[in-house]
Amino acid sequence: MSNEWPLWEVFIRGQHGLNHRHVGSLHAPDAELAIRHARDVYTRRNEGVSIWVVPSAQITASAPGDKGPLFEPSNAKVYRHPTFYDIPDEVGHM
Amino acid sequence: MYAQMVKSEATNEDPALLAAFQARIDAGEKIEPKDWMPEGYRQTLIRQIGQHAHSEVVGQLPEGNWITRAPTLERKAILLAKVQDEAGHGLYLYCAAETLGVSRDDLTEALLAGKMKYSSIFNYPTLNWADIGAVGWLVDGAAIVNQVALQRTSFGPYARAMVRICKEESFHARQGYHAIMQMAFGTPEQKAMAQDAVNRLWFPAMMMFGPSDKDSVHSAQSMAWKIKINTNDELRQRFVDQTVPQILYLGLDLPDPGLVWNEARGHYDFTEPDWSEFYDVLKGNGPCNADRMAARQKAWDDGAWFRDALMAHARKAAARKMAAE
Repeated sequence: MSNEWPLWEVFIRGQHGLNHRHVGSLHAPDAELAIRHARDVYTRRNEGVSIWVVPSAQITASAPGDKGPLFEPSNAKVYRHPTFYDIPDEVGHM
Repeated sequence: MYAQMVKSEATNEDPALLAAFQARIDAGEKIEPKDWMPEGYRQTLIRQIGQHAHSEVVGQLPEGNWITRAPTLERKAILLAKVQDEAGHGLYLYCAAETLGVSRDDLTEALLAGKMKYSSIFNYPTLNWADIGAVGWLVDGAAIVNQVALQRTSFGPYARAMVRICKEESFHARQGYHAIMQMAFGTPEQKAMAQDAVNRLWFPAMMMFGPSDKDSVHSAQSMAWKIKINTNDELRQRFVDQTVPQILYLGLDLPDPGLVWNEARGHYDFTEPDWSEFYDVLKGNGPCNADRMAARQKAWDDGAWFRDALMAHARKAAARKMAAE
């Protein structure tokens, strides 16, 4: 059995009120140490107020080849955007 | 640079796929790990990013050497923070390389087996405190020139690692210049030490960019794939132009009598480094090659029981948790 520490994906909340964002990955034997390593690797300059770690093996990603079928349906629906509608200036800001 | 003399790997794939890939690169799109890519692109990147990562890690050795002997507590804290950053930079880069399907342990073992390299610059010794200032200023300064360009490299994870590294690297160059400034404006003995450090490290720093690659086939392929953004000569000239005024400000003599402003070119002329020395250092004959590799091998061997023990503990804890559920 390989003894290489498994890979974890790291997500950091930059400030209160913001989403956690993916910042990179690291190796750690378990979740607790993954958090500690993430503190040292990704927050040496006050980059965060909260850390999530997720085993990389647990991430399911969409396939790049499916980009068309996945996102095309929303591309075609221009009426979902406010700019689709012409509103007269007289009405004021809307 | 940190990835000197990286040979591009040959690619032998479907011309239609290659053309579509090249079109994405030409359009300025970033390539992401799960996208189709030519095998040559993948292998060249693994080699370049891996070599870059090894350089960050080995680069801790010449500076770590001075942490316990820093002249003040403040300088000690600064140097400790810088060396810790280098470890972090190595980790960002290993993590970028790993998205290409190679593991960090594979890369480490390839380095220890002599199948991968690190930058030639770290095979030079840091003999005294002035060298530590000069390394931060000149070596990290040269690295920044290279890494700023690489922020636009075509492989997404590599480009993002470069953005993060560049943000932190500026502290490295500035703390080094600050330390040298104190010596250059200090006693005559301190000034002489600063001069000596600049004289010794100038050409090794110039070599960091690698020999001229204007006629290199490998560089042409890497530039077409935007793995490389500038030629070695362009980056070296940029480094020279930005560094000469910094030397002059210190009141130090220029380390190369060939450093002369060329009005017609709008650049400083300079003497080429001794490339036979460069090749000799890459071959393993630099002043510190053996020490550096021995230090890496020792760290790897001495840490094995610890890596294994934490893994064994994690497996047992997970099994216990499973049994309790």
